Amino acid sequence: MVQIFINGKPFKVDEGITVIQACEDVGIEIPRFCYHEKLSIAGNCRMCLVEMENSQKPVASCAMPVAEGMKIKTDTEMVVKARKGVMEFLLINHPLDCPICDQGGECDLQDQAMAYGSGISRFVEHKRAVKDKNLGPLIKTHMTRCIHCTRCVRFAEEISGNQQLGTIGRGEDTEITSFLEKSIDSEMSGNIIDLCPVGALTSKPYAYVARPWELKKTQSIDVFDAVGSNIRLDSKGDKILRVLPRINEDINDEWISDKTRFAYDGLNHQRIDRYYSRDLNGKLTEDSEEGVFEILRSKFSNTKTKKIASVVGNTVDCESIYALKTFLKTIGVENFDCRQDESFFIPNNRSSYLFNSKISGIDESDFCVLVGSDIKKEAPILSARVRQRFLNSDFSYPILRVGSRHNVNFDVDDLGLGSTSLKKLSSGKYLSLLKKSKKPLFILGQGAMCSKIGEQIYNFCLNLYLKVSKDQSWNGFNVLQTFSGRVGALDLGFFNESNMKSKSVIKKIYQGEYDVLFLMSADDLDFGKIPSKTFVIYQGHHGDKAVSRADLILPTSCFTEKEGIYVNLEGRPQLSRQVKLPLPSVDHSWNFFLKFSDYLELKMNFKNFEELRKNMFSEYRFLSKLNEIQSYELVQPKKYKYNFVEDEIFSNIDNFYMTDSVSRNSPTMSNCSLAFQKKSL
Amino acid sequence: MIKKSNIIFTNLYGGSSPLLKGAVKRGDWKNTKSILKISPQKIIDCVKASGLRGRGGAGFSTGMKWDFMPKSTNKQHYLVINADEGEPGTCKDRDIIRNEPHKLIEGCLIAGYAINATKCYIYIRGEFFNEAQILQNAIDEAYKKKLIGKKACNSNFNFDIYIHYGAGAYVCGEETALIESLEGKKGQPRLKPPFPANVGLFGMPTTVNNVETIAVIPTIMRRGSQWFYNLGTKNNTGSKIFCISGHVNKPCNVEEELGVPLKYLIQKYAGDVIGGWDNLLAVIPGGSSVPLIPKSVCDNVLMDFDSLKDCGSGLGTAGIIVINKQIDIVQVISRLSEFYKHESCGQCTPCREGTGWLMRMMKRIQTGEFTAEELDLLEEVTYQIEGHTICALGDAAAWPIQGLLKNFKNQILNRINKKSSKVA
Repeated sequence: MVQIFINGKPFKVDEGITVIQACEDVGIEIPRFCYHEKLSIAGNCRMCLVEMENSQKPVASCAMPVAEGMKIKTDTEMVVKARKGVMEFLLINHPLDCPICDQGGECDLQDQAMAYGSGISRFVEHKRAVKDKNLGPLIKTHMTRCIHCTRCVRFAEEISGNQQLGTIGRGEDTEITSFLEKSIDSEMSGNIIDLCPVGALTSKPYAYVARPWELKKTQSIDVFDAVGSNIRLDSKGDKILRVLPRINEDINDEWISDKTRFAYDGLNHQRIDRYYSRDLNGKLTEDSEEGVFEILRSKFSNTKTKKIASVVGNTVDCESIYALKTFLKTIGVENFDCRQDESFFIPNNRSSYLFNSKISGIDESDFCVLVGSDIKKEAPILSARVRQRFLNSDFSYPILRVGSRHNVNFDVDDLGLGSTSLKKLSSGKYLSLLKKSKKPLFILGQGAMCSKIGEQIYNFCLNLYLKVSKDQSWNGFNVLQTFSGRVGALDLGFFNESNMKSKSVIKKIYQGEYDVLFLMSADDLDFGKIPSKTFVIYQGHHGDKAVSRADLILPTSCFTEKEGIYVNLEGRPQLSRQVKLPLPSVDHSWNFFLKFSDYLELKMNFKNFEELRKNMFSEYRFLSKLNEIQSYELVQPKKYKYNFVEDEIFSNIDNFYMTDSVSRNSPTMSNCSLAFQKKSL
Repeated sequence: MIKKSNIIFTNLYGGSSPLLKGAVKRGDWKNTKSILKISPQKIIDCVKASGLRGRGGAGFSTGMKWDFMPKSTNKQHYLVINADEGEPGTCKDRDIIRNEPHKLIEGCLIAGYAINATKCYIYIRGEFFNEAQILQNAIDEAYKKKLIGKKACNSNFNFDIYIHYGAGAYVCGEETALIESLEGKKGQPRLKPPFPANVGLFGMPTTVNNVETIAVIPTIMRRGSQWFYNLGTKNNTGSKIFCISGHVNKPCNVEEELGVPLKYLIQKYAGDVIGGWDNLLAVIPGGSSVPLIPKSVCDNVLMDFDSLKDCGSGLGTAGIIVINKQIDIVQVISRLSEFYKHESCGQCTPCREGTGWLMRMMKRIQTGEFTAEELDLLEEVTYQIEGHTICALGDAAAWPIQGLLKNFKNQILNRINKKSSKVA
């Protein structure tokens, strides 16, 4: 701690911080444009000038480290004059188009101009005009508004790792542009919209849609990947208009991926808003609730429970899964699963499917092994975190990879494409490297876990990890989940332990062992393989892949229309909040089961949502402790014989922009797929 | 008033060969080995005692600058020579490199030894192509004769020199922008602190010195700090190359003691102002960045750091630009404004936005589309830039206009009034 004086008052502040941070800590706000806590210091906007004793000139507080006895003044005439001068310079070439600027109302320049701007313009020369750049389907540019703070450039360079932005030209001809004016091809590019202090970079899908003060803000969490990024949903009426990140240092810092930010428009497209059943010609036609209930009743009562199976999808909340499971138990069905991809996990062993080190654990790790994961597409937020660790650790941070050579934003040492390469880890220089590591980080991707030898890969890696790990307080053995509902479903036991391996529910579905199949938002099965005799019931909110195969369609609410708990990949239960009401005549799925069991004159163990939650919490206590993570011990696997193969381990995510029914129906996401997925098409 | 025996750059005008043969005749590389036997700290102390101030413009004590370098030896230290001589009106480094390259190379060796830098980069202005060729030849010669390289001059000190060509940006003459450029990045000044002595080239401790500063080091070491200290005036010791250009009969470079009267310099060496001393309007005494001084000041001012500072200008690089009464002074300063607008790197706000504004206002004064009220705005804008920028380019853009307004405001007002009465 050092003592400094700000405006004559003594303060004790941390050593090594800068003056602007010190002022922030003691509650004095310093205006700034280029400075950002998560980015490197540029010191180029000159708005944060303060007076320092023994310095004739004002100093940039963002770049000046604190020193013992330093005397800072933030409100003197000199400071105000300097800031007013800088503000005038920023404004002379800035267009006066606030009334038509999307940043209006949440613009740093606008806000600071209220404090330091002059009421009149003394600049009578021609204003500078800058050609707009095409940065792709997500980011709209108005480069004339740019104040050259270079936050976007620094973000691309430091956080997301796609060095596609830069400054060209000199002096007042300086321009921010992408390399050869190409679109920004990054899973995190949308964050530069938030970073831009002015309206130079704005959201293309949100262009001219609303003003920030008209929007209702709902604090929620993201369900498009398993990270559980904290977000704010901005809505007007019953439409969600944009998604912004909330700061949560433990999960997403203050970034979100482009899918999180832009896939929301899928919520307004291809919605299922009524019951459908197939008529005599096999054509889907609208049906009434009673009609549907009657079909369901006859199917359930005329089929042996052994011949009924159920699968839940990848992005379903805990309450819906619990309601379905309760219903299935009530009617005596035991064949159910939540893993359409048949990924490997060990029942009743949470550590076998969680990111045990926690996301913040990445910052402590000193060694990283990636197995069969395209981390940049599966969890861009985690990838950026690994990159931070890679860039900022004071030692060289080795990252080894087994599996497909997907793009990454850090340097990796590729051991090989197939699982045979895993053996390189357990001998020679890599083993000695691993042994030196104090906090090794293993990340097993779903690509590996879903492969035929997922179990072998898991056991091999776990054995190796347990052999080299020394620190008892450190658990760096992680499985990277890719879907927001998966961990919750596994936690709730939505699987059948007797049907784990070769006789999995999914395989049996394809083999035609079931006559009735109940799908809850499960869109990722191979529907062509389901025999035509199987009666498929689909409960979902989007007309996606399953609909063309389904014989009966039940509409339900989607995640922004209900409150629900999602467990993220760390095993952290978080609450997703309701933004708007469901579509008219659409039920929440728990309410559907309640109504239907009434129709069947069955008794469910809950009568309303509160009781459902109470029952769920009493059965699964950890779900009630929101935002808390319970740690679980790793379990030593049994002795095992490994039959590794040369087959390349691919990621389970091919197109980052389309991973579930909402994003597949989002126009923005399909634009992105067209723009960025060309190589794979 | 410098004695012939005290002149350091005896071959400044290129009478004899710039290469080793001529240089040895002039006394370069004489007993360099014995200098390298003195401890580094003693060399630094000697340079400090000589009172040598940096010749690149800022006039900071060279010995002190060297003393800022960390004394531990676990990191690579770098010596960087700033030969990116871009200041309008300055042409001394060019002649040193052209005619006395061995003074520079020997100076690099001694300076490198003093600050424990085994690697030296000479960042030379790209336009100095022929000069750089001469310098490269001289370096090759020195390597061949084992004057530098491994065990330089038979000492235990290894020393390598590399030449790096600049690409023509004025701002790369600023030491941190020069370092950035040398690292292969866009030439934009860095924030200070940290200073280059702590975090410099490639993140290592670095000293950046001007060519002239380094080239006088061998002579100081040979003839002693006291000899150098006795030249010039107190606090402004030694001799310095003055570059006299503009409206003089004989533009020239000349080495003189610091503190020599400006009038003497111009009349003795440059053949007086065109049209005689009374035809003098003003002088920009230290390269284009410093405020001009009117004739009344020129009559008596002494050419050294402190005297010029006292009269509101600066010695800068000692590039003396003489302006006589036949020229439009507004046009002169307006041209300089255009230069600074063109050379602003665009990194920080006041300079990026301000230099263009200044230039446009100056152009309007020149063409007469300007009102008297706007003069105050012009002056205010220069003060809005000055002192608020990352590097000194902002100051350099502001000062010439401040000098103009301070000394020639009435003339400008007359001109504006005349124009407006014509229109009326």
